[in-house]
Amino acid sequence: MQTKFLGYRRENGRVGVRNHVIILPLDDLSNAACEAVANNIKGTMAIPHPYGRLQFGKDLDLHFATLIGTGCNPNVAAVVVIGIEPVWTNRIVDAIAKTGKPVAGFAIEKNGDLNTICAASRKAKEFVQWASEKQREECDLKELWVSTKCGESDTTSGLAANPTVGNAFDKLEEAGCTLVFGETTEITGGENLVADRCATPEVRKQFQFFFDRYAKLVDDHKVDDLCDSQPTKGNIEGGLTTIEEKALGNIQKIGKKCKIIGALDKDEAPTGPGLWFIDSSSAAAEFVTLVAAAGFVVHFFPTGQGNIIGNPILPVIKLGANPRTVRTMSEHIDVDVSGLLRREVNLDQAGDNLLDCMFHTANGRLTSAEALGHREFVLTRLYESA
Amino acid sequence: MKGQSVATKPDAKSAHQAPQFLVHEDGDSVGVIVVEGIQTGQDLAGWVMAEDRTIKVKVLNDIPIGHKVALKDFAVGDSIIKYGVNIGKVVAPIKKGEHVHVHNLKTRRW
Repeated sequence: MQTKFLGYRRENGRVGVRNHVIILPLDDLSNAACEAVANNIKGTMAIPHPYGRLQFGKDLDLHFATLIGTGCNPNVAAVVVIGIEPVWTNRIVDAIAKTGKPVAGFAIEKNGDLNTICAASRKAKEFVQWASEKQREECDLKELWVSTKCGESDTTSGLAANPTVGNAFDKLEEAGCTLVFGETTEITGGENLVADRCATPEVRKQFQFFFDRYAKLVDDHKVDDLCDSQPTKGNIEGGLTTIEEKALGNIQKIGKKCKIIGALDKDEAPTGPGLWFIDSSSAAAEFVTLVAAAGFVVHFFPTGQGNIIGNPILPVIKLGANPRTVRTMSEHIDVDVSGLLRREVNLDQAGDNLLDCMFHTANGRLTSAEALGHREFVLTRLYESA
Repeated sequence: MKGQSVATKPDAKSAHQAPQFLVHEDGDSVGVIVVEGIQTGQDLAGWVMAEDRTIKVKVLNDIPIGHKVALKDFAVGDSIIKYGVNIGKVVAPIKKGEHVHVHNLKTRRW
């Protein structure tokens, strides 16, 4: 296996594989100004979202952690933050500034949209011209942070696409990479198998805490056996019948050898190499947004029926084994592993094919989701606003 | 990777007949159809992946790709095993060769 890739080394030592200059709104009100700046200054990207007002407590903490984490991600070279008022805006700016990367904040009150857009556009132009001179340099594979989550799974996910990720994860863990999986509700039925993979009793206890907390949330709010939601209609169309069956397919992604070295809450980031669990929604865009904020720079996304998700800053590599999906939605699939079902390749070869695509992606090749413009950015909410 | 010819090229030395259904491991009571267009009455060749052996079953329904076929008879209340693990309870009788899905299998959770 290759052991080097070409990445962007950031001021804090972390390595990214993209060089985005992002225009990040604090709140829903600031989306229009952010989009205007990104339209003015080519090569920048606005990341609009619908939240940021009157949130409180842990839900507010998660909002800040996710936005700050997005700005801190090493796939991001520089950040312009725009908010309705300066206090919360600067809270984000100050936290991102700790990475050493260029960041500037602009508040709309007392300025209006137009003056804000003008000032922010001048700063964004400065940032994007500065970032455009950044050069990729050779980096060790162990500096790569790789996340995984599957979506619109079907039975071929558990037979082939998810085990392909598992094969790649076993190899990446051995290489010293930082890895993450999650999808708390979607391990229901296989939670004991995940618990058995925890490296220490403390990690197991923390994992079980997150699992039980999410199970209680489902119990508290469910009106039936979730047969309308989990498995999804797409899962059922693809042949998955129960959450247990879906979960057992899902956890194929963590391979056969990796041990789980830590369990993270939604607003936490890994502190060392190895495989981590993150408590998380199983909805694709929410999950990928969370792990981008946790600092991951490449994502493996196995799909069965054809989930088309992307993310603004985290390249999402799609792999699929369902021959019908690969045929009818080919523009969305980066790695076709349907040959596993026909016994044309073995799992080790399929894992290597995925890793080959990972190196191409890390070196700069756009994923299908990037080329198609998929930039789903969805903040996880814990409860209603005040 | 697509466009770079690194994926799914048949390896002449390890060529196998492509199976019509797959079973994760011995002891699983269902297989998964992995080809399109399976119709009632067809005799199918299956591959048990963990033990690398082949088995056969005659299907009693049209079964779409990705959907499950019963490898034995089940009564209401029985468990169905896949990946060597219980994936739910049988809620309508199932004969070997029949389609197994939401009409005859339900979660034991939630």
